[in-house]
Amino acid sequence: MRKTVSRIVFFASLFALWELLVRARFWPDYLLPAPGGVARAMTDGFRDGDFLAAIGGSLRRLVIGYAIAIVAGIVIGLLIATVQWLNDTLGLLVMGLQALPSICWLPLALLWFGLSEKAIVFVVIMGAVLSIAQATADGVRNTPPIYMNAARNLGARGIRLYTSVVLPSALPSIVTGMKLGWSFAWRSLMAGELLYALPGLGHLLMLGREMNDMSQVVAVMLIIVILGLLTDHLVFGQWERRIRRQRGLASAR
Amino acid sequence: MRLELRGVSKAFDGSRRVAALEKINVTIESGEFVCIIGPSGCGKSTLLSIIAGLEPPTSGDVVASGSRILMFQDGALFPWLNVCENVEFGLRFLEGNGERTQRAMQLLKLVHLDGFAEARIHELSGGMRQRVSLARAIAVDPAVLLLDEPFGALDAMTRSILHTELQEIWAQTTKTIVFVTHNVREAVVLGDRVLVMSPRPGRIVAEHRIELPRPRVIDSPPVSALARTIGEEVMAHA
Repeated sequence: MRKTVSRIVFFASLFALWELLVRARFWPDYLLPAPGGVARAMTDGFRDGDFLAAIGGSLRRLVIGYAIAIVAGIVIGLLIATVQWLNDTLGLLVMGLQALPSICWLPLALLWFGLSEKAIVFVVIMGAVLSIAQATADGVRNTPPIYMNAARNLGARGIRLYTSVVLPSALPSIVTGMKLGWSFAWRSLMAGELLYALPGLGHLLMLGREMNDMSQVVAVMLIIVILGLLTDHLVFGQWERRIRRQRGLASAR
Repeated sequence: MRLELRGVSKAFDGSRRVAALEKINVTIESGEFVCIIGPSGCGKSTLLSIIAGLEPPTSGDVVASGSRILMFQDGALFPWLNVCENVEFGLRFLEGNGERTQRAMQLLKLVHLDGFAEARIHELSGGMRQRVSLARAIAVDPAVLLLDEPFGALDAMTRSILHTELQEIWAQTTKTIVFVTHNVREAVVLGDRVLVMSPRPGRIVAEHRIELPRPRVIDSPPVSALARTIGEEVMAHA
């Protein structure tokens, strides 16, 4: 309750400050749009269907790339955590590539896949896959040996040892990696869409710039923030809390 | 089922070779309750691991047919599963495991935990966790049940309740049990036979057949008296 109140007060003051700055005319309104203008751009955008189409296009690329990244990331993570020579080689590559912002793959991706959706999806995959692989590997390596012994003793062998013990035990770590991967995927997607025009939120931002319509730019930025908050809170937040509650880990709020 | 250890030895190769177990020869009869006592570090847990097949002996043989299930000191229950799913765990890997949940429920009843099937592991007390762990071990109907200091971390009262329950369960299921502990009284209360181990290298140095009538109580004079005698012997070899 207290939290809700302080949040409302905080954001109301933020909007008030914004409105105040606009009215004080420190900057011309093509540099700093008014809240009212942004709200209008928002309603216009949704009424025309432009925003929904852009959200749909962006989310489709994001979900396809992210889904591939989850599967690939978990497989790579399992491999480098369990096979020593793969850890020495592929493990190092995964660690090294994490230093590379995934948008750097765009020039190559455009050469490989042409001017198509695939190039952007590839950039999204490269954004998410490494952190998921790394977190999976960490979680698998940290599986308590006593769980493995207990499971082997009770008859778990081979692949079933992995599905029944290793992956469940690593799940909290994998979810953390997936959460991180999601935010990397999202950033990569936006960067990709800004650089290379396909119907999507990033493209709307560029359109706003070209038309000198800062209200639209800020409206799209707000949409991106809201989408990010929603997935973080509703999807990953809930999931993490559920896991923590089930396992009696230090309770998450 | 009969369990036979023939000259089982175990050495660990580190910076120098450490002999953990040396030529252990033991025969355990079907349905027998054998306790192994000895000070910490005498290789008791290693011996159970070898009997369970979790690690190979350096030399010697474990002769047994049928499964040997180990119950760990801290229970080793899986926190991502609830109580019932933990008990069912081993049944997943057996053939023809049609009524898994039903079987798990029966076992929870046996360990007096009916009503806790849906509980999460972290919601249970230490004693309850060990009961779940025992139920999980019995669920797969092992030929031999191996218990590695299962009640070591519990308070005296819970421990004594579990002693009674374990004796009842043993009487009902007629399992062969090998029970490792460093508590001499516990060994005297539970065992048909008590084997005394010495440390570095672990060897069986003495054997006592416990003829006291059951059920035995940990504070009763005969148990205390016998425990004192055996305890002095353990100290002499430590």
